[in-house]
Amino acid sequence: MKHTLSVLLRNKPGALSRVTGLFSGRGFNIESLCVAETLDPQVSCLTLVTRGSDAIIEQIMKQLHKLIDVIKVSDISEGEYVEREMVLIRMKAEAGTRAEVLRVIDIFRGKVVDVSPTSYTVEITGSESKVRAVIDILRPIGIKEIVRTGTIAMARVPKK
Amino acid sequence: MSKITGAQAIVKCLQEEGVDTIFGFPGGVILDLYDALMDSSISNLLVRHEQGAVHAADGYARASGRVGVALLTSGPGATNGVTGIATAYMDSIPMVVLTGQVPRALIGNDAFQEVDIVGITRPCTKHNYLVSDPDELVPILREAFYLAASGRPGPVLVDMPKDVMAAKMDYPAKEEIRMQTYQPTLDPHPGQVTKACKAILKARRPVLYVGGGVILSNSNQELTELAEKTQIPVTMTLMGLGAFPGTNPLSMGMLGMHGSYAANMMVAKSDLLIAVGARFDDRITGRLDTFAPDAEIIHIDIDPSSISKNVKVDIPLVADCKNALTAMNAWLDSSAEFDRAAFAEKHREWNEQVREWNAKHPLSYQDEGEIIKPQFVIETINRLTGGDAIITTEVGQNQMWTAQFYKFNQPRQLLTSGGLGTMGYGLPAAIGAKVAFPDKTVIDIAGDGSIQMNIQELATAKQYGAAVKVAILNNGYLGMVRQWQELFYNRRYSGTPMEVTPDFVELAKAYGAVGLRAKTKSEVEPVIKEALAINDKVVIMDFVIKREECVFPMIPAGRSTTEMLLA
Repeated sequence: MKHTLSVLLRNKPGALSRVTGLFSGRGFNIESLCVAETLDPQVSCLTLVTRGSDAIIEQIMKQLHKLIDVIKVSDISEGEYVEREMVLIRMKAEAGTRAEVLRVIDIFRGKVVDVSPTSYTVEITGSESKVRAVIDILRPIGIKEIVRTGTIAMARVPKK
Repeated sequence: MSKITGAQAIVKCLQEEGVDTIFGFPGGVILDLYDALMDSSISNLLVRHEQGAVHAADGYARASGRVGVALLTSGPGATNGVTGIATAYMDSIPMVVLTGQVPRALIGNDAFQEVDIVGITRPCTKHNYLVSDPDELVPILREAFYLAASGRPGPVLVDMPKDVMAAKMDYPAKEEIRMQTYQPTLDPHPGQVTKACKAILKARRPVLYVGGGVILSNSNQELTELAEKTQIPVTMTLMGLGAFPGTNPLSMGMLGMHGSYAANMMVAKSDLLIAVGARFDDRITGRLDTFAPDAEIIHIDIDPSSISKNVKVDIPLVADCKNALTAMNAWLDSSAEFDRAAFAEKHREWNEQVREWNAKHPLSYQDEGEIIKPQFVIETINRLTGGDAIITTEVGQNQMWTAQFYKFNQPRQLLTSGGLGTMGYGLPAAIGAKVAFPDKTVIDIAGDGSIQMNIQELATAKQYGAAVKVAILNNGYLGMVRQWQELFYNRRYSGTPMEVTPDFVELAKAYGAVGLRAKTKSEVEPVIKEALAINDKVVIMDFVIKREECVFPMIPAGRSTTEMLLA
């Protein structure tokens, strides 16, 4: 099953590599990983999407917690949460397809952030499944390149 | 206060931490620290290979219970230490490894003798540091010692650039260490203690399965108290040997791949398995789905990630073993339902069954006249040392025969690389133990293969008067691998015959040691006696043993623990 973990870690050199090294070294998988500073610049928040049985997720959480640089680990997919991913897509934008690209972007509430004579760069934000849906629809029209951020997530009701 | 150099601050900090001995090997970037050490009372032992330094610090730590310290230079010095660090990590040994690093300005430039040792050792240290600011040097060192020794112990590496060690600084006052992100659970949850004790009250066929955690937490007395008052039979892992007296009638010795028949049978048939400071390693459990199938499992461990990692645990007790065992003993003592005599009666039948298994297939070997059987050598060493020596081993058959036939009655008496299985561990570890306990008899039980992996340390032993003894069980093979080839590869001895080995008696002489050899059974005892009588020199005993002797019982890898090969 898919789990979204939120990990607070000390913002120190090498801290991220301790986390990723743990996953590769112990054979756990990372589907996506997103990390940036929190309100406290000494602390980073890392959102990590992984898959595994309950026993494996429990092991992942315990092993993460064991890392000295890790402050807190929570499996936010245990409760209600919101998740977002952003994707930048460079579309072929030629005479015949420009209008259609714009229509699709509009349906998904995306926006064009850069324009060239032959391409549009569009930005779309949403759940991971929405991002996948947009890509599936745009692919036949002509995607030149995509860059995804990976999922970030936040629990809806902070746990006490 | 006047300013001191980083190197002087390191020395001061080491003394503050109570360090009296360092094992190391110098090099360019660590010269400042070596220079500062000359002005201190810390003995600074020069090994002959950095792996030896780390194993010696490890042996010192295991024997004494204190944090071992190794000091290595950058680059190859540091990488040579990695096997030693991984060895300590797998067995949770408290150790601080100090490495020199190229000056900060050169880091990342592929400078001479530069290597990213923090990156390399990240998966095999409890934690590690690169000191990038002189002001952090002392706080990091203090944290390193605290981390190494507390919670589940382990090696901590501190990488120190040359210019940091040369920088001038004020020595910071000592403060209590508090780490927001590291707070090991030491005391057991009272509710879990109750659950565990109630399970003990109810069990008909309980077993204590004891690991190295009991030794690390110095809780052998609490464990022995629990076992004796409840009359629960005890088995130990390789790392746990000595946590409970091997000569106690409740002890069935080691369990697992080369454990005793009785130990493996009693675990398999138990209805309650009480794991104390052990981690259900694959050498213990064999095939997981058939391991202790009828048992409810209590697991005492300070590391939450050990709980239910391999085997699903029913009653976890996350705590220091000492605190957990103390709480359980107190609970039972104050319980109206617990009565010593009644318990002995309740477990009488079960203990009889266990003894019956042991009588049916005791650890044994066939006497073959004047051919030296390795088991006989270990038995004789056991007898002639009164079971009282500190024994280190290499890895393989020598290690398993030692575990089976030496009766360890005290913790910290057997020093062996259990988790990583590092050949070459025994000799440097013996030197470390001998430095910690100069008056104790320290014997490395080795094979002719593994002794050659760190044999250069004989010179270290000589230089510092660490009069260890080495007993080589010489069969001209890499014996354990050969055994697997005999049993599972149709006797195709690929890569295992040691066709050339040094003449160990002559080699001993070359290193200023005494060399003795036994070729027949009747020579074994005189050789050991002679070796034990020499206290001022290293002694090598070369026992020419039966070439194709196997370690039995044996559970083939991946099989159930009851599927033991007995001979």
